[in-house]
Amino acid sequence: MARFAVLVFPGTNCEGDVLHAIEAVTGQPAELVWHKEGSLDGFDAAVVPGGFAHGDYLRAGGLARFSPVMEPLIRMAESGRAVVGICNGFQILQEAGLLPGAMLRNESLSYVCRDVRLRVEADSSPLTCGLEPGTTLRMPVGHAEGNFRADDDVLEALEADERVIFRYCDDGGEASEAANPNGSRNNIAGVRNARGNVAALMPHPDRAYEEALGGVDGRRLFESLHRFTES
Amino acid sequence: MSGAATLEAALASGLSTEEFRQIGALLGRPPNPTELGMFSAMWSEHCSYKSSRRHLARFPTESPRVIEGPGENAGAVDIGHGLAAVFKVESHNHPTFIEPFQGAATGVGGILRDIFTMGARPVALMNSLRFGPLSVPKNRALFTGAVAGIANYGNSMGIPTVGGEVFFEDCYSLNPLVNAFALGIAPADRIFRARAEAPGSPIWCVGSKTGRDGIHGASMASAAFDEEAEAKRPTVQVGDPFLEKLLMEACLELMRGDALIAVQDMGAAGLTCSTSEVASRGGAGVEIDLDRVTQRETGMNAYEIMLSESQERMLLVVRSGREAEVTRIFDKWDLDAAPIGKVSSDGLLRVRHQGRLAAEVPCRALTDDAPAFDRPAAQPSWWPSPEVTPADLTEPRDWNAVVRELAGSPELASRRFVYEQYDHMVRSDTVVRPGGDAGVVRIKGRELGIAMTLDGNGRYTARDPRRGGALAVAEACRNLAAVGATPVGATNCLNFGNPERPEIMWEFTEAIAGMTEALDALGVPITGGNVSFYNETEGANIFPTPVVGVVGVLPEAVKRIPQHLSTPGNLLFLAGPEGGDALGASAFLKEHHHRTDGRPPKPDLDAEVRLGAFLRAAGAAGIVASARDLSEGGIAAAAIESLFAPDGSAIGAELRLECRGRLEGTLFGEAPARALLSVRPENGDALHEFGAREGVPLLPVGTAGGDALRILVNSVPTVRLDLDELEDTFKYSLGRLAAG
Repeated sequence: MARFAVLVFPGTNCEGDVLHAIEAVTGQPAELVWHKEGSLDGFDAAVVPGGFAHGDYLRAGGLARFSPVMEPLIRMAESGRAVVGICNGFQILQEAGLLPGAMLRNESLSYVCRDVRLRVEADSSPLTCGLEPGTTLRMPVGHAEGNFRADDDVLEALEADERVIFRYCDDGGEASEAANPNGSRNNIAGVRNARGNVAALMPHPDRAYEEALGGVDGRRLFESLHRFTES
Repeated sequence: MSGAATLEAALASGLSTEEFRQIGALLGRPPNPTELGMFSAMWSEHCSYKSSRRHLARFPTESPRVIEGPGENAGAVDIGHGLAAVFKVESHNHPTFIEPFQGAATGVGGILRDIFTMGARPVALMNSLRFGPLSVPKNRALFTGAVAGIANYGNSMGIPTVGGEVFFEDCYSLNPLVNAFALGIAPADRIFRARAEAPGSPIWCVGSKTGRDGIHGASMASAAFDEEAEAKRPTVQVGDPFLEKLLMEACLELMRGDALIAVQDMGAAGLTCSTSEVASRGGAGVEIDLDRVTQRETGMNAYEIMLSESQERMLLVVRSGREAEVTRIFDKWDLDAAPIGKVSSDGLLRVRHQGRLAAEVPCRALTDDAPAFDRPAAQPSWWPSPEVTPADLTEPRDWNAVVRELAGSPELASRRFVYEQYDHMVRSDTVVRPGGDAGVVRIKGRELGIAMTLDGNGRYTARDPRRGGALAVAEACRNLAAVGATPVGATNCLNFGNPERPEIMWEFTEAIAGMTEALDALGVPITGGNVSFYNETEGANIFPTPVVGVVGVLPEAVKRIPQHLSTPGNLLFLAGPEGGDALGASAFLKEHHHRTDGRPPKPDLDAEVRLGAFLRAAGAAGIVASARDLSEGGIAAAAIESLFAPDGSAIGAELRLECRGRLEGTLFGEAPARALLSVRPENGDALHEFGAREGVPLLPVGTAGGDALRILVNSVPTVRLDLDELEDTFKYSLGRLAAG
């Protein structure tokens, strides 16, 4: 049995979606953990969900790293357990230094909510360990700052080490400019850390886990996460 | 108390000489300046409904499902499973013209407070917008600014925006409309009401600190604009959705216990309105000490504190002895919460500031005793609108070009430029996304779905207010039927011009009569709403624009009728009566002939009732592969909308139409009570059985499939638009127009 923590900051708003998706897909219990908690002992994986932590004041994710729960979260990452971010959670993990790069405002300068297609680039992460590279998935995005940026040398290293785990692509699986919803460099939608236990993506698997929602591809990411905790 | 206010001050604050005299009579003395300010806000049109109250009484407001009708912060209807849907629509027109981003954003903030004040967790938003033509740069700025403001607030709150509408007309150039709708879910037996009871109970002010923003917002929204409107920017509040998110979570957490007697949100007229309304509803009085109100700036006087419209604040009436629970929960969310007074038994609103009595006014004088007018109404000289028939129109030669033009027109192009800026998937409950006829959200753990739609057509109402009012209700109910839902309650936002003009009051009373006829026929009660008068700038009035929000239930959310064609070979049917040309005040007239005249179609309420029953029965039986109601743009628009699904897939169609007269009416006519359906070939007979049973005529009009929209008229190929080209035009035109 695996225990999943779903972190809740003031302003987080996807905690219920993630909680429900984990329970619906893995059948395992998930618990909400308030940002003032000082411990994540006993959890096998932690998910930082989407929303606007601390109102995204300063910048997206900029204040969340000062929340008390970040200390045990960083320890959890250092211990090799799975730490996963979705959307605002991705931004928070970047701000905390657990993942590389930073997010600029979308190239359109507007929030964008729509279905995108993703291509799995590497199976070496808690979100993709059950997925074949090259697989394409469809799920919604919903963000105003998802325009992934990193210095050239950082980007080269990410690509060389296969640390890019998802790329925006078109229906044919091509990472085309037209398929990029936010101007992200190299169409990057998700990355992992060097060790392979911390990973995040901008799109929302937590909004694509039942047919009623218009898609089920998000399930496969939670299945991967479950599998990772058992490995 | 400080000295008496003068008649000049009263007139300057928007009160009349007679109202000033009435205030003196109610108090038995002249009001002081603070009291005058409180009366000026509470007796404003915006707060008192003084021109509309007697007319609103005509709406049907009862049904076995109604838990809370008009009068509370929002209406509530029983949706089964022990749950209530709590919903309302409200305008934020005037602030949006002055400052579009914050004006529209705080409209969302205000309507959300109305919902969670009732103890309901908001689960969906919609909005209805009107702007001037996008060819004018200022209109583009208002449009994109308002949409960005709505997106900012709703998205930050984590509540999906699942539907709405936006239209463009010259008359909204100097007076845009922003009507925001919110819906929440509460246990049916745990609805909170805003009634102060139990004298001695402490009153708390929680949430944001009080500042000098938004003072006179209610009065500003109750007057026509002149060329100096922009100087009123300081009357617009500035929203902080993060604070409201915390306030919502804190209030809902507190409401799960029983420490509260009443909750009232602070919107227009701030502390004045919330204290006097909560007291007069409960037949009580209130004593408050303004020194205990947490303030964000120094040196505020009693007048400013009482009239501040600082956002994200709530007034709580707490059970004596339970104050610690309030402190504990608001501490958890790092929010200000301070006791500022208590409920009293003498019916007075008594305000102290810096050790002195700053105001002492009977609560009812501010609320129930506000004036109510029976303003004169007179039929305008242009009435009745002349009919427009195809014989009056130059016949187009290139129908391909006309259909392409209409598909990319501001009237009919896809609204994705707007709704993609709104988070419509958060909460992972959105079953029918925006771009369909109605938004549908499910309720986790239950089969139930809730459908909602917001509709109005100012052009119709301008040319025939009675028909326009009826057609707004009819279209909203038809939109719900198109997803298979049963309407259970309605809210409305009545956007009109200056009520001091008799022809505007005629429009108003006629529109209400039309709405009432349709609500009665369709069996839908009104549970609340909002009136926005004085939508007049520099002497020009908007089109009368009643906007109707109807909420429906689907016994099983997953059985909603899909909104897009799915399978090549499926058969297309036009359901509903033969409608004639129906081109008066139509989208076709506006976009192709650049005219907005003519008389809108005659409502057919019996046919609407039958169509609704038919769609629900056939939908529940699972034999309808897709449905679209016919409204603006007729069957051509319904067909185009059916082609492009939110998952990015597209499918063509071949429409085969018979036409004995002119093609305009057949393609673009807007006769009501009709829908375009697709069904699998093997379900054609079953569909006919449902049609026969419910008395709904069905006309076969083609098949789904192919890589183009083809239209054959009397077997002659007339239109052929490749899907790629049509998709680009339909999906992206509005964004291109907005970019200028």
